Amino acid sequence: MRLIALLAVLLGLSLVVSIGFGETSLTAAQYHRSLIDPSSAPGEILWSLRAPRAVAAALAGAALGLAGAVMQGLLRNPLAEPGVLGVSAFSALGAAAAIAAGWAISPGAIEGAALAGALVAGVVIVGLAARLQEPQSLILFGVALSSLGGALTALVFNLSPSPVATADILSWLMGSVANRDWGDCGAALIPMIPGVALCAWSARGLTMLTLGEDTAALSGLPMARLRLAAVAGAALLTGAAVAMAGVIGFVGLAAPHLTRAAVNDDPGRTLAPSALAGAILIVLADLAARVIPTPEELKLGVVTALFGAPMFALIAWRASRSWRA
Amino acid sequence: MTAALELTDVAVDIAGRRVVDGVNLAVSRGEVVGLLGANGCGKTTLLRAALGLMRVTGGEAKLAGRAVKGLGEGARSRLAGYLPQERRVGWNLPAWRVAALGAPHLPPAQAREVALAALTDVEMSHLAERGVFDMSGGERARVLLARLLATDAPLLIADEPAAGLDPDAQLLVMDILRARAAAGAAVLVTLHDLSLAARSCDRLAVMAKGRLVADDPPRAALTPEVLREAFGVGGVVIERDGSMVLSGLRRILDGERLVFRG
Repeated sequence: MRLIALLAVLLGLSLVVSIGFGETSLTAAQYHRSLIDPSSAPGEILWSLRAPRAVAAALAGAALGLAGAVMQGLLRNPLAEPGVLGVSAFSALGAAAAIAAGWAISPGAIEGAALAGALVAGVVIVGLAARLQEPQSLILFGVALSSLGGALTALVFNLSPSPVATADILSWLMGSVANRDWGDCGAALIPMIPGVALCAWSARGLTMLTLGEDTAALSGLPMARLRLAAVAGAALLTGAAVAMAGVIGFVGLAAPHLTRAAVNDDPGRTLAPSALAGAILIVLADLAARVIPTPEELKLGVVTALFGAPMFALIAWRASRSWRA
Repeated sequence: MTAALELTDVAVDIAGRRVVDGVNLAVSRGEVVGLLGANGCGKTTLLRAALGLMRVTGGEAKLAGRAVKGLGEGARSRLAGYLPQERRVGWNLPAWRVAALGAPHLPPAQAREVALAALTDVEMSHLAERGVFDMSGGERARVLLARLLATDAPLLIADEPAAGLDPDAQLLVMDILRARAAAGAAVLVTLHDLSLAARSCDRLAVMAKGRLVADDPPRAALTPEVLREAFGVGGVVIERDGSMVLSGLRRILDGERLVFRG
C-alpha cells in the first residue's frame, strides 16, 4: 500500500509539472490568473490544452502498464506485453484502414476502428487461450498475429490512395496525445473501466499461475474464467490506449519490470503499481516530447521507443536468470 | 470406507496413442501407495487423468466416491492436492509465499501461518523469506512440497517428490508423507528409487507400457518378473535389518533368460 501511495504522489507531481510546463512559458501572474479564471488565455492553455493532454497521457500509460503486467503474469514471461500478443498491431491496423478509407472526417471513427481492431485480436486470443494451456503456445500465436497485423498495415500503406493518408497513418503509428480534449479522455474511460475491473479480478489467478498450469488448475480458483478475464481485460485496455494515443511501445514492458521487485515479484500485486508507473512514464515522456526543442514536435511513441529499446535489452539480459530450470 | 481415489478401468489416449490402458487402482486414507514404472510408461498421465487434468478416454476416476469429471474446481481442490513433477516457478516469490499458495482461500495472515508450519515440516523455515530463484534445486523442491502440505487435502498426489534430492532429503520427504498418511491422508506418490519405495510405501503399483503389472505390498510387488517387465532389470527385494532393500540390481540384455534364484 505504501508503494501505491508513493506512486500516486509521484503521478500527481508529474501531472502538475506536465500541466505547468510547456512550449509557452507563463509568468507567475499568468499562472495565478489561470487558477482564478480558467476561461482566460493562460487558463485556456493550462486547462483546455495541457491538462486534458496530460490526463490522456496518464490514462494511456496506466492502461498499457496494467495490460503489460497482466500479460506478463498470465504468460509467466517478463518479456510479454500487449504488443507481443498482436493486440497493438491489430489496433493499429484498424486505425490505418480507417484513415486510408477516408473516415478521418467523421469524429471518433478512427478511434472506434482502433478499438475494434484490438477487440478482434482480443477475441482471437480469448478463443486461443481457452484451448491452449501452455503459455508458450499463446506467445507463438501472438507473434504470428502481430506479424499478420503488421503485414496488413503495410498492405494498407501500399494501397493507400493519397500521400496525405499515408502521412496521417504514419503519424498515428508513432503515437501521440497532442490535441486530446476532455471528450477524448471520457471516451477512453468507457472501455477502460471494465478492462480494469476484469484485470483486478484476475489478479489472484495470476499469482497462482506462478506455479504452473496444473497446480493452478487444482488450486480451487476458477482458473478458466480468471484466464479469460485477464486476456479480455488486457485487450480492452490496450485497445482503449491505442484508440486514444496511437501505438506507444515499451511502456507495457517497462512498467511491470520497474515495480516488480517492490512487491516481491508477486504478479497479482504488480498490477496497481504497474498501472501507476505506466502513467508516470507516459506523462513524463509526453512532457519530454513537448519541451525538447526540435523543429517538429517529437512523437510520443518515438520518445518511449528511444528509452524503451535499450531497456528491453536490459530486461532480456536480467530475465535470463529466471529461465534456468 | 470410500477410497480417497478410485480408478476403474482408466484408459487415456494422447494423439491417438494409448498411454494408459485399463488401470484399476484405489488409494485409501491412511496409506502411502507408490506408483512405479520406467520413464514414459504413463505414470504422470495416470496421475493427471486421476485429477481431471486430462480427459479420460475410457473408464472412470473418482475422488472420495465422486466422479472427478463432474467436480467443480473448488470441490476438486478440497478433495485432492497435487505436486507436479515440473518444478519451474514463474517468478522469484519468497518461499513462504509459494507455500501459502497451497491455501488461497484462507485469510492472508492465516495462510502465512499455514505456510510457515509447512516449511517447518520440510525443514525449510530458516529460508522462509528467501526467493525461490535464489535456492538450490533441492531446496526449491522442498518448498514446493510445503505448498502441497499446506493444501491439507485428504488425498495428496506427488509426482517424483524425491527426484534430485540428497539421501537425507529423500528420506525426509517420504517420512513427511508417511506422517500425513498416519494422520489420515491418502498418499499416492511416484518414485524411481525402488529401495526408497519399498521402504516407505504400504503398497506399490507398478506400471509397464500403460498397464498395471503389480499392485501389492512392496515385497510381493517387486518380484524379479515384475522388475523385468516394468524396467528391464534384474534384482530381488530382500529384507535386511528390518527394512526392504533391492539387491542384485543389473540390466537384463536382450535374449537373456531370467534366472530366478529366490
